[in-house]
Amino acid sequence: MSEFLRDYLTVAIFAAVAVGLLALVLGLGSLIRPQRVQKDKYLTYESGVDPVGDGWAESPIRYYVFALLFVMFDVEVVFIFPWATRLELYGWFGAIEMLVFIVILSLGILYAWRKKVLQWL
Amino acid sequence: MSADILALSWDSLDNLWAQSALKSVGILAAVLLPAGTFVYLFLFKMVSFMQSRLGPMETGPYGSLQLLAEVGKFLQKEDIIPERADRLLFKAAPYLVVSTVLLVYIVVPFGPDMTFISGAMTGGIFFAVAIASVSTLGVIVAGWASANKYSLMGGLRAGGQLVAYELPLILAVVGVVIQAGTMDMQQIVHAQAGGSIFGVDLIGNPYVLTQFLGFIIFMIAVQAELAQTPFDMPIAESELVTGYMTEYTGLRFLLFFIGEFASAGAFAALGATLFLGGWAVPAAWTDLNNNLFNLLGPIIMVAKMCILGGLIFFVRFTFPRLREDQLQKFAWVILIPLSLANILATTILKVAF
Repeated sequence: MSEFLRDYLTVAIFAAVAVGLLALVLGLGSLIRPQRVQKDKYLTYESGVDPVGDGWAESPIRYYVFALLFVMFDVEVVFIFPWATRLELYGWFGAIEMLVFIVILSLGILYAWRKKVLQWL
Repeated sequence: MSADILALSWDSLDNLWAQSALKSVGILAAVLLPAGTFVYLFLFKMVSFMQSRLGPMETGPYGSLQLLAEVGKFLQKEDIIPERADRLLFKAAPYLVVSTVLLVYIVVPFGPDMTFISGAMTGGIFFAVAIASVSTLGVIVAGWASANKYSLMGGLRAGGQLVAYELPLILAVVGVVIQAGTMDMQQIVHAQAGGSIFGVDLIGNPYVLTQFLGFIIFMIAVQAELAQTPFDMPIAESELVTGYMTEYTGLRFLLFFIGEFASAGAFAALGATLFLGGWAVPAAWTDLNNNLFNLLGPIIMVAKMCILGGLIFFVRFTFPRLREDQLQKFAWVILIPLSLANILATTILKVAF
């Protein structure tokens, strides 16, 4: 097996170990802890009074806009990383290319700012 | 697929399982020891002294066994899942949060040969920031699955905050990647140890000096990623009753707690490797390939992690809480443009010199 695949096999093994260990801890815990069923215990917490309406209530649309902005920048970062490791080979050509790339993306955040997406009040 | 990839012999497989077992034990030690140290040293003791009190003193010498007592306490608590919650997601959320933290440690080197992966996985830091962002998903899932208004608010706030501060974090890391010219953590360590600042190689080139702006942005973003006090809007206990964790009790709550401090340790490890030179001392002092560094490396690393951890918790107990709109605006209007400017400045300096 190549070293590269072996490293990812290690990652898979660690993930399995982590999940298995958590399951083991929770499983052992269930042997120790008490279980006394009372109906009121399983009510949703709402500062002591009975819950009103559904727990999955409406939430501000702003979070959705932030998520979209995040996707835009996250995709940008995926492109920046490989470029960053090869900068020495590209020299000034690479620097100017990245300048153009970042300026275009900054226009995106500037647009969002001008549209008052980043302001709450 | 080349024959090389498929070349599997029983011998190498045997070796692989033996190694994996050893590494699994090693990674658990690497995760749980710093997390426990951080909780005792900083959360229990440092904050107590900052607030002119003693902190836990009864359990063990200077209360050093307090943590075990806490675990014992949580073990005895009843496990309650609200009847309106989404049971499957409710149970899955702690797994997502804790197991991803463990995976972050995989790419962190603790000595010349003390690595969990071989050198072939060259996208080390890229893998780390990618896997660290999965725990955001766990937090949102926890908030959603609880079917509680406080939890939903907390989960959404946490989601919004974590994605907003993840960008400055990653962009600050890009500055380091540009300087080192590699994403491999081990090579970043060697680049710092063997580097020089304006031709002076006495202390190597720890990027905390040459990437100071990146370091500041990184630490602020880490503070927000951990939802620690200047940025603890998602778990604001006085208004949201710990936000996405409201409905969690007993052992499952403890898992979130462990996840929080283990990720404080993980980010401290990443920061120590990227900015403080990791396990190495400057190469001008001694030969780094000496076998001795397999023993000294982890100790140096833990010392550097404690420095960053102390900084994180010092800020946590010193600053007041930011408002939700302020912290979103701070990320998008100040930190992200600043980190983009940092990338451009680093690029120009790198190409010019």
